[in-house]
Amino acid sequence: MGRVVLKLADDISTDVIYPGRYMATVLPSETPQFAFADMTDFNGALKAGRVPAGSVIVAGKNFGCGSSREQAVSALKGHELTIVAHSFARIFLQNAINLGLDLVTAPGVEAAAGDEILFRGDTVVNETSGNSFPLVKLPQARQAIIDAGGLIPYTRERLLHAKSGDSHN
Amino acid sequence: MGMTVVEKILARASGRPGVRAGDVVEPAVDLAMSHENGALVINQFFEIYGGTGLDPMVWDPSRVAIIFDHRVPAESAKTASNQKKVREFVAKYAISKFHDIRGDTGGICHQVLPESGYVRPGAVVVGTDSHTTSHGALGAFAFGIGATEMASVWALGTVLNVEVPGTIRVDVTGEFPPFVGPKDLILHLIGRISAQGANFKVIEFHGKTIASMSTSGRLVLCNMAVEAGATSGIVPADGETARYLREEAGVEGPQQATAADPDATYEQFISIDVSSLVPQVACPHTVDNVKPVSEVAGTKVDQVVIGSCTNGRLDDLEVAAGILRGKKVARGTRMLVFPASGRIYAQALRKGLIADFMAAGAVVMNPGCGPCLGVHEGALGDNETALSTTNRNFKGRMGNPSAAVYLCSPAVAAASALEGVITDPRKGRN
Ligand code: SF4
Repeated sequence: MGRVVLKLADDISTDVIYPGRYMATVLPSETPQFAFADMTDFNGALKAGRVPAGSVIVAGKNFGCGSSREQAVSALKGHELTIVAHSFARIFLQNAINLGLDLVTAPGVEAAAGDEILFRGDTVVNETSGNSFPLVKLPQARQAIIDAGGLIPYTRERLLHAKSGDSHN
Repeated sequence: MGMTVVEKILARASGRPGVRAGDVVEPAVDLAMSHENGALVINQFFEIYGGTGLDPMVWDPSRVAIIFDHRVPAESAKTASNQKKVREFVAKYAISKFHDIRGDTGGICHQVLPESGYVRPGAVVVGTDSHTTSHGALGAFAFGIGATEMASVWALGTVLNVEVPGTIRVDVTGEFPPFVGPKDLILHLIGRISAQGANFKVIEFHGKTIASMSTSGRLVLCNMAVEAGATSGIVPADGETARYLREEAGVEGPQQATAADPDATYEQFISIDVSSLVPQVACPHTVDNVKPVSEVAGTKVDQVVIGSCTNGRLDDLEVAAGILRGKKVARGTRMLVFPASGRIYAQALRKGLIADFMAAGAVVMNPGCGPCLGVHEGALGDNETALSTTNRNFKGRMGNPSAAVYLCSPAVAAASALEGVITDPRKGRN
């Protein structure tokens, strides 16, 4: 269960999520301060610790379009936000899976700021409005990376398997 | 069942007789490119090796390319230190395709890679940059990945869990009218299918117009394929690709070309006749907000930018210089020109184009990304308007969230610089 803290439109680009001028900052320990830096109120709330872990951002189609910058993911992950969108842009989706940012694709989801959201099996439930929306599961290949705890441990396993001559197949 | 070009490339790279859209493969990587964000890749690379007890090893240092372009020369101590860290890594791991900040071999990654002959038809190319799609212009399957995924590639030499994308086939016919070209074509296509129209898909370009288009123009199309959400754009390699590789990239020997099978399965077909196309402009703040130039003509512009991995090549500079020659940039408008690479800069210098720009009042800057991503030089003031040949106009893109960015071709940019307002380049020139 999480509260919707931000409601966004379609085509939210990585320039909005993490403006290019902060790209010299790369470490996941340092990027969260610049999450949505140009939306000064929301950025302020994040930095002041007024947005609890597990809070939800609801967005339209194509969330995370644009640049491949991974800071856009590590910055949101640092605040332990969950992103529920109608759809995600490819590189952002893959980066989120790789780093373990919590993403939910729900093509018809409707929610407003302040609503309470619950994830139950294959549905997203808006507890406030009483409506449920089907969510789209990740393809199995991508789920495998999440199950391993992200791409770093997943790659590590591969390296160790290769080293021990143990075929992964 | 026939295969698309990308299906064939992925089948070859993953050692299978055939693959189809939706299959999951682990293709071997032919070229892995990063820029300044190599600093984060290095960090993640050591994270992967941490705790394994293994010596960190780059799978094949000759297949890794690192090109400094986003902030060159460094604009801050922080960037300079990141660049230093990458330089040290490059030396230690003997990364050979490294392009430092130099006037001769430096430039924007998406120009340096093709002009250096690093990109070959049929190759799998990954880059920690979304515009890696550009390299599809040479018949490669090229796509953007994040830094952690690149670290995994450096360690393993393969991309894990790649879903074979479906393909949209775009057939282009007709001859471009004067002052209309590849940039107008791709803006028109993005406007038509939207910024999400090709999400998770490849755009494969065909047709007479593509066959007679230079590699430089094809790079514009594939570069911006990602602005329609595409995983990649691709032009199947042909005689022009072979010519480019031989004459402009210095690659000897015959090239293997991968063609689509005649019975390949496409998810969508789009036909475009460019003979009636007019100059296009993408309006703030999304790339798919595309209008014919006539609808925005007269909009005042504070800054005109010509350059970037989209339109900073020699033919772009020639078109712009041709329009500016002997005239002056309007008072109240600044014009910045960024050649895409040192090599292009030198060519433009020999052709007298740099002198044309300077005489017109434009400022010619060093090759690199410059104002395209708004972190370095040429940032916009509050509520200012820019007209640019770059590829993105997202809010805040040029360093100021209150500014507005319009995207266009070099011809529209140059004609507008003279008037100080968005101008149809055909006006008075036909
Ligand atoms: S010129 Fe712009 S779009 Fe191209 S690589 Fe540089 S920052 Fe990216």
